[in-house]
Amino acid sequence: MSRGPALPDLPAWELRTLYRRRETSPTEVLHEVFRRIDANEGRIHAYLFLNREAALAEASRWDGEVAREDAPSLAGIPVAIKDNICMQGWPTTCGSRMLEQFKPPYDATVATRLRRAGAILLGKANLDEFAMGSSTENSAFGPTRNPWDETRVPGGTSGGPAAAVAAGEATLALGSDTGGSIRQPAAFCGVIGLKPTYGRVSRYGLVAFASSLDQIGPLARDVKDAALLLQAIAGWDPADSTSADVDVPPFAERLTGTIRGLRLGVVREFFAQGLDAGVADAVRAAIDTCRELGASCEEVSLPHASYALPAYYIIAPAEASSNLARYAGVHYGYRTPEAADLETMYSRTRREGFGAEVKRRIMLGTYALSAGYYEAFYLRAQQVRTLVRRDFAAAFERFDALLGPVTPTAAFRLGEKVDDPLQMYLSDVYTVPLNLAGIPGISVPCGFVGGLPVGLQVIGRPFDEVTVLNVAHAFERATTFHAARPPLAHPKNSPSLAPRDGPVDREKRRAQTSEDSLG
Amino acid sequence: MTSETVIGLEVHVQLATASKMFCACAVSFGAPPNTLTCPVCLGLPGSLPVLNRRAVELGIRTALALGCRLHPESQFHRKNYYYPDLPKNYQISQYEYKGHPPLATGGALSVPLGGEARAVSIRRVHLEEDTGKLVHDGAASLVDYNRSGTPLMEVVTEPDLRSPLEARLFLAHLRSVLQFAEVTSGRLEEGTLRCDANLSLRLPGQPYGTRTEVKNMNSLRSVERALRFEEVRQREIRARGQAVVQETRHWDEDRQVTFSSREKEEAQDYRYFPEPDLVPLTVDAGWIDRVRAELPELPAARRRRYIEVFELPEHDATVLTTTRPMAEFFEQAARLFPQPKVISNWLIGDVSAYLNAAGREIDDVPVRPESLAGLLRLIDAGVLSGRSAKEVLEEMLRTGRAADAIVAERGLNQISDEGMLTAVVQEVIAEHPGPVQDVRAGKDQAVTFLVGQVMKKTRGRANPALVHRLLRERLSSG
Repeated sequence: MSRGPALPDLPAWELRTLYRRRETSPTEVLHEVFRRIDANEGRIHAYLFLNREAALAEASRWDGEVAREDAPSLAGIPVAIKDNICMQGWPTTCGSRMLEQFKPPYDATVATRLRRAGAILLGKANLDEFAMGSSTENSAFGPTRNPWDETRVPGGTSGGPAAAVAAGEATLALGSDTGGSIRQPAAFCGVIGLKPTYGRVSRYGLVAFASSLDQIGPLARDVKDAALLLQAIAGWDPADSTSADVDVPPFAERLTGTIRGLRLGVVREFFAQGLDAGVADAVRAAIDTCRELGASCEEVSLPHASYALPAYYIIAPAEASSNLARYAGVHYGYRTPEAADLETMYSRTRREGFGAEVKRRIMLGTYALSAGYYEAFYLRAQQVRTLVRRDFAAAFERFDALLGPVTPTAAFRLGEKVDDPLQMYLSDVYTVPLNLAGIPGISVPCGFVGGLPVGLQVIGRPFDEVTVLNVAHAFERATTFHAARPPLAHPKNSPSLAPRDGPVDREKRRAQTSEDSLG
Repeated sequence: MTSETVIGLEVHVQLATASKMFCACAVSFGAPPNTLTCPVCLGLPGSLPVLNRRAVELGIRTALALGCRLHPESQFHRKNYYYPDLPKNYQISQYEYKGHPPLATGGALSVPLGGEARAVSIRRVHLEEDTGKLVHDGAASLVDYNRSGTPLMEVVTEPDLRSPLEARLFLAHLRSVLQFAEVTSGRLEEGTLRCDANLSLRLPGQPYGTRTEVKNMNSLRSVERALRFEEVRQREIRARGQAVVQETRHWDEDRQVTFSSREKEEAQDYRYFPEPDLVPLTVDAGWIDRVRAELPELPAARRRRYIEVFELPEHDATVLTTTRPMAEFFEQAARLFPQPKVISNWLIGDVSAYLNAAGREIDDVPVRPESLAGLLRLIDAGVLSGRSAKEVLEEMLRTGRAADAIVAERGLNQISDEGMLTAVVQEVIAEHPGPVQDVRAGKDQAVTFLVGQVMKKTRGRANPALVHRLLRERLSSG
């Protein structure tokens, strides 16, 4: 028997439709999501903290409101928050022992905006410690597993948010992307992940890793949902001097579904050695699809792209070495239990509180900023950054958006790269250049390799998320990859792979939900 | 050949803003510990700095007052070091290196030094944030972050000063300019103005010698004394044929010596880099013009006005415009009691003497311009003698009470009753036939003696002019 997708697998915009028709309620949806969590979280471990009672209380407050036409855009929608985004009174661990007990006294701007948009904040999702890594294996509280294959990583550092969305443990999630941390896990988990333009979303309340590269963005199960979530969080914030005072278009309304006549550039350097053949095939097929949809696709070169990764591994650790200096055991966070003097307290606290990758990057960054090395490393890396930015600017003179793979391979195995940092770093080789240039990029599912999802990366001009979303949306409408769901333990039902773009089969869905809620 | 002393100053100025440099917390002295804090000035994870526009304007004012070049775009940097009073373990400041100018550079301040005006070059003016404060409580150390993030401005001079006295005079003058520009309260004692000094010796025409940096001087006087000590210390080292060590030295006010803080200057690597949480600070011509338009009257202009409008001698005008509180006090009093020279005499005389002895400033004492004007009115009306007035002023300066209340309480009202004084005058004439003879013989100074005797009998309350007339009348007619 074919049935429609379960409530936890529906996108937010469809839930909103059902809410308006009073066919389901936030409380019902939340119960279903929690059932999904209970059935799968033991293996996936997407969350570090769940706030069930607060979420249910919030849901019941929305139950009577969500049918109203003027209900806010995310009213009654369950959202997971990456655990490096501050929420007042909730643990904000950053996946680190250092902040295991830390509860911020304030909300990040994005959290405030999500609450205002009516979102129900479920809990805090797992990540690599202080957002440093590419697999979520660097979390001090254990790795997250890829819902498509539990022996594999979900990517990182937003592995928790990506896995939660893929597994239906949340409808939407917020991640952060410093070098690919939204897009790479989105690709590995077969969901949408958007890194907005630097400055599009306020960083106030995002625990800083590398301030000039960090950006908060949405993870979602389809492009329209990503657009809705971006719209809820985007816009100038007086509390973040680097946020941009530019108009926020209604992203979801601007999705046209067509890319006819659009000029798309295919980044030559992203198909060089190191790219898995299966991934290459999937991405090339995706480019063909774009062509069939009426876009022109031509090769374009970003000559300095290959220098982006080394430059990134100077700039990001340099900023991190300073940003993470505050974790020293003085007035919050972990402090070593015994230290005779200040110097010892500092060094023991940091030795015991930080994990290996964080310490590695602090040392790299400290070295890069040291007197006598600053010019050779930090300054040189900034020069490379300028060249990378110019490469993109030149490409955007000829093209409306650029295409390429998100990652060189599909999800790798847990433990496969933990002892080889350079191999780990290489998984961000196609995502890092965008952070250096500050431009937006999205990962949209474009195929499978050995049963594992593959992502297509669409790259846009600064503040042109509209085009990025539109290309991804048109591609998504022409394909079914995004609609595939991982083989999960469902509370009662077998996984459903039915495409979801058609009208919801109301009766069937209703039958299913009532059955579930009774069970 | 005698060596020449070379001094340059780094002056840290607490800007007179309502809120902190990068957050909305109030700047206030003496609040209970850690009550004026927020996620930003506590350096909590995820917090971000937002530059205080007012602090920038005060920086622009300073640059205008010192004739500096304002840079259209300047950059903030992080100065990285670990200390518990520094919540982020980096200080946001404006470091100087190629391509990254501070707020302003290259001005000069003309200072009266040794009878002539000399231009002391200003190297740079930049903005930064203050740290918190460590409080040592027995074995424990506590941190108060109320001061964390307080707006500071650093004014750095070129090594243009040639003696400890010059350093003090320059600092006093700079402070006065900054006070008049309403940039700072400028109190060294409270730390709203802090001065570090670099001192070295050299033979005339030779390159600069090795310098030492002297810190912890919290009055104008201690700046001069500390530098004098340091000058002598270096001279003695050189006389012994030894080399001066480049180091930071602290002034010990109690022992009146500088001592090495044993900080290895070369060892500290602050790993400066551009602050990525702040966009470059842009200061355009329009902003500069607006700030210039509201720039308060600076001391030189005010001095001219005192000479022209109040018709004060140059000396009076200079003294009254040395500090802004004194100038403000003078002008308010002059509005209430329109005899500027009389007010000036009292302010420069008895009031200043009291303040100097007490080591305080005019706005540290409870007396207000209204009450000084009240006192002067009593003198003018003949109710109070000049001598009694000094006593009354003393109490006013101590307690802030009104003059007439003190006069009434002490019974100091001047005796201008002719009948009452005539009786006293006759008594004095009867008691001192000798001086009376002298007066009649034309020796005028004897009149002064007799007036003094009358004053003595009336405990100073007699109206001296009236006593004079009565004595003359009695002695010429008699």
